[in-house]
Amino acid sequence: MILVLPIILPLVFMVLLIFTRRWLFFQQAFSLLSAVALTVVSALLLSQVATEGILTIQLGTWPAPYGITLVADLLSAIMLITTSFVAVVVMVYSPGFIDKERQTAGYYPLVFGLLMGVNGAFLTGDIFNMYVWYEVMLTSSFVLIALGGSAEQLRGSVKYVTISFVASIFFVSAIGILYGQTGTLNMADLAYKMRTWENMPYINGALMLFFVAFSVKAALFPFFFWLPASYHTPPVPITALFAGTLTKVGIYTMFRFYSLFVVQDVMFWKLFLLIIAGLTMSVGVLMAASQFDIRKILSFHIISQVGYMVMGLAIFSVNSLAAAIYFTVHNMLSKTNTFLAGGLVFQRLGSYDLKYLGGLYKAAPFLALLFFIPAMSLAGIPPLPGFFGKLFLIKGGFAAGEYLITAVAIAVGFFTLFSMIKIWNEAYFKKTPEDAQKAQPVNRSAIAATTLLAAAVILLGIFAGPAMELTHQAAMQLKDPYQYIDAILNQTSP
Amino acid sequence: MLLLLAVVIGVLYGSAVYLLLRRNIFKLILGLIFLGHATNLLLFVASGLTSGYPAFIRFITGESESMADPLPQALILTAIVIGLGVTAFALVLVYRFYSVTKTVDLDELSENE
Repeated sequence: MILVLPIILPLVFMVLLIFTRRWLFFQQAFSLLSAVALTVVSALLLSQVATEGILTIQLGTWPAPYGITLVADLLSAIMLITTSFVAVVVMVYSPGFIDKERQTAGYYPLVFGLLMGVNGAFLTGDIFNMYVWYEVMLTSSFVLIALGGSAEQLRGSVKYVTISFVASIFFVSAIGILYGQTGTLNMADLAYKMRTWENMPYINGALMLFFVAFSVKAALFPFFFWLPASYHTPPVPITALFAGTLTKVGIYTMFRFYSLFVVQDVMFWKLFLLIIAGLTMSVGVLMAASQFDIRKILSFHIISQVGYMVMGLAIFSVNSLAAAIYFTVHNMLSKTNTFLAGGLVFQRLGSYDLKYLGGLYKAAPFLALLFFIPAMSLAGIPPLPGFFGKLFLIKGGFAAGEYLITAVAIAVGFFTLFSMIKIWNEAYFKKTPEDAQKAQPVNRSAIAATTLLAAAVILLGIFAGPAMELTHQAAMQLKDPYQYIDAILNQTSP
Repeated sequence: MLLLLAVVIGVLYGSAVYLLLRRNIFKLILGLIFLGHATNLLLFVASGLTSGYPAFIRFITGESESMADPLPQALILTAIVIGLGVTAFALVLVYRFYSVTKTVDLDELSENE
């Protein structure tokens, strides 16, 4: 029963919020409470999965593989709770940042539409159902990115809608071809057939189409160009929510599909993903170095950080998977946090452009600290979580003998530090430029939200040990797909 | 039948890509619509054609031993509905884009104005 709640609750909240969207205060308070409720549900789910193992439910009591299955293993549960926590923070942040027109035009219901899609994608055990959740999530994000209708936003949304639509087309065609070849859509059933059928058809064509679809969503090389062209256009809380949840759904799906479906040409896929990961990391970070808009620098960093996750996935040892999952969680928190801190700078000085910013370290040391924590975490400075994530990824890389990619990962780490220091020097450390705007007061609740998230980042660093233990278990489940298959189909390893 | 459908799908994909690469933003939307339809047909063909039999009806009444696979049809139906929603949104978006920028030229999308 608890498995259905992360999907049903946002739906109910969304419907309620649609009908009350003119009552501003109700919207703000109710959305915050709902996001908290969602986090509580996700926490319960996580604890239940941690104690009882993989949970499954058959919707409409149709038995697998015919009905739609919902599954929660540790990876899903970890992603769910991180997403809901990010949503809570964004809900605290939004009332003091987004203008009233946008807030009453359906911002809050759309956020819950997005969350419903994201949670659905984390929980489903059926490929076509996954596509539907992707669409739920994407449609909400289309409206969110265009909400308000400024010329800049409209330019960004045309690109975003087009590329997302094309990616979805790849996704559907892959589903069609795979169904034609295997006659099933249930993920566990597919994985089982791939491992037991003697005349298994060659499915790598379909898998490559899936890869294109997911890598567009996750912004991997060479499909990343749309992200920095569109993510910086809407108000910062929306960008932060997208950065924290949307792109990570692509990564989650890739983890899930890789662990279940890559049985043919394993060596090819490994090499392929390693090359993609290396290029994604380095191209993202190099392009970030040439930007002068805070939001654009951070957008390019999303790309570079995603490369690390794919690197952990490609190596596919328990240690590197555990590190990659930990890194993903850290990234969802830290990335959202840097965007929110960038928003605070905007509220104070009225610009995202580094040319017009400066002097914040002296004028507002607390704002500076709020940026410093997640930025250093992204750059990988101990004892923040980014350090542990990268450390274990690099250790995993060395242990697996993948020296080249590990060297790239280390080098990219230095460049990340360079970009973060660039923002720090320009926006916080240098003298206030003469053409800068006069300082405006910054909203209290926005500061509180950013502080909350920064605290979570620090806690994730301090409790890296227990957190890694949890992701280690999640990695064990990914590494042994028969646990997943057994939970759904009661089929064990032959 | 299979060959005919394959050719139709190919032509649809070709026209869709051609339209997507045009500078006119309305043609971009047309391209997306074509792409969606081509994929729906692809789904239909790739999941195996059973010609001459409907799904369920004659199988249940016992008139026939075989039936068409209903699942791909359900998938396509879902995909059509989703495609319709997204297309409707895209059209409104393009209209807003036109009323704000007074142009249908996609080169206006670049940021170095």
